[in-house]
Amino acid sequence: MKEIRIHARAGQGAITTATLLGYSYFNEGKFPYAFPNFGAARMGAPMNAFVRVDSNPVRLRSQIYEPDYVIIADPTLMRGFNCFSGLKEDGVAIINGKDDLELPKLKAKQKVFVVPANEIALRNIGRPLGNTALIGAFAAATGELKLENLIAVVKNRFSGKAQEGNVQSVKEGFEFVKNKLKG
Amino acid sequence: MKEFVEGSHAIAEIIKACQPGVISAYPITPQTHIVEDLAQMVSNGELKSQFVNVESEHSAASVVLGGSATGVRVYTATSSQGLFYMQEVVFNIAGMRLPVVMTCANRAISAPINIWNDQQDSISLRDAGWIQIYAEDNQEAVDFHLIAYRLGEDKRVMLPVMVCMDGFILTHGMETVDMPQQDKVDKFLPKYNPLYKLDTAEPISMGLLADPDYYMEARFAIQETMKASIGYLSEISSEFNAVFGRDYKDLLVEEYQTKDADKVIVAMGSVCGTIKEVIDEQRAKGKKVGLLRIISYRPFPYARIYEALKDVPRVAVLDKAVSLGAYAPIAVEIKAAFYGKKKGPKVISSFVAGLGGRDITLESVREVLRRLTAKEVNSDFIDLKPELLKEEYGK
Repeated sequence: MKEIRIHARAGQGAITTATLLGYSYFNEGKFPYAFPNFGAARMGAPMNAFVRVDSNPVRLRSQIYEPDYVIIADPTLMRGFNCFSGLKEDGVAIINGKDDLELPKLKAKQKVFVVPANEIALRNIGRPLGNTALIGAFAAATGELKLENLIAVVKNRFSGKAQEGNVQSVKEGFEFVKNKLKG
Repeated sequence: MKEFVEGSHAIAEIIKACQPGVISAYPITPQTHIVEDLAQMVSNGELKSQFVNVESEHSAASVVLGGSATGVRVYTATSSQGLFYMQEVVFNIAGMRLPVVMTCANRAISAPINIWNDQQDSISLRDAGWIQIYAEDNQEAVDFHLIAYRLGEDKRVMLPVMVCMDGFILTHGMETVDMPQQDKVDKFLPKYNPLYKLDTAEPISMGLLADPDYYMEARFAIQETMKASIGYLSEISSEFNAVFGRDYKDLLVEEYQTKDADKVIVAMGSVCGTIKEVIDEQRAKGKKVGLLRIISYRPFPYARIYEALKDVPRVAVLDKAVSLGAYAPIAVEIKAAFYGKKKGPKVISSFVAGLGGRDITLESVREVLRRLTAKEVNSDFIDLKPELLKEEYGK
């Protein structure tokens, strides 16, 4: 079983992110369970979305406290919360942010990728919605999902110009991390 | 066909397949997505139905009552305060023997206002004369709506059915669901053919005054039908399995590792998935623990539960609701099932968890098992925060 915790603000598309990841796992023959947890029910309030995935149907219905992977859609959330809380010893974090982002000290085997997802999104979609860049980065950083599968899922979700821009964002998010890994 | 789908959308799809002639609902979190999707389907022309927009839940319930009385299949959905606002009509629907189907997206009740999940809303309406069945996952939530129409519209039954699914956890949860195909739905669920209907050609009156000479028999008749429905649920579940290839035992309870268990947790709804994880973990350590999941809360299957738990020494009942000032709702029923019987658990302890969306974790369930000792406890709250109970809090 793998567990993904997404940190975002309501309105930033965390549910879409969880949904796209869920569809991608489903297409690869897995059993995902994607679900949100809302805080205050208004735009901008901190919220979580989760994906729990296994090779059998997922029965566990609690929130995710010891994630394998963390996706932080808004780095300002790191000021008030420990977004890395419970992250597995060899866990991976994907953060939407800039190079100069201050990071907490992490454990030896934990990996962090700071991805300029908003920049990628602004360039391709015209709005700072970094979700698709982040899932591209997630696929490259974790090896959990195939890029062409993600692209197919994103193509199915969006149409017209939004489709073009989001597909490009997935690719650029993926490439960004691939290049980082090459060093 | 297997789909990765949001619970609410899956419900809208299955309701579309049931083709109700009248739908009426008022949006309330976490039920909203279901009726939004249905409104869209009607607007697109995908579903030929009259979608009646109303100004309140009381009116939504009244519209489906009226619709059903004219002899068509109807649907509504609500949660929490919305269900309570419907309450007067909810009792009328059952009293008039109208086979309305409603989804209750379970949510805590006010005050304090809280949009998150527990089961206080539907449990508080347990005496309304509605059959109530509770889903563990979205596959069941979908399947149970088909069963609800089939059971409620059965001429031996003619009662409304409430399908209860945990708000957010299921309604907003996306998972794999094998969506029933239309041809199979049509095979399992025949067109609604009412016993009586409001018809200007053959006028009748419905729901009118019954004085003390008549009233009690009307109530007695529902009670008798409820008791008989226990058998109908088993019968219909076998037919359902045959058409859709599922494996429902009887839709009354599910026994999970109870056969040789010395500790069994009794619970209802989606939390049972989390409990099964703990059961497997404890079994791997050699602990003889099990789960008895209640599916049908009304009618309550006392005899079936007696058989399932009569040789289990210790039982923990986990309620996601309270009856303030009394024993917790499911715990009362479980204790009643054994009163005056020869066999039964030595200890039936009662626990309250998950109120207002307080997350029930693996650790919460382990804590229930730890507190299930030789000393019986009642309405023992799990995961309370003692720091919030101090008198100086809030000063």
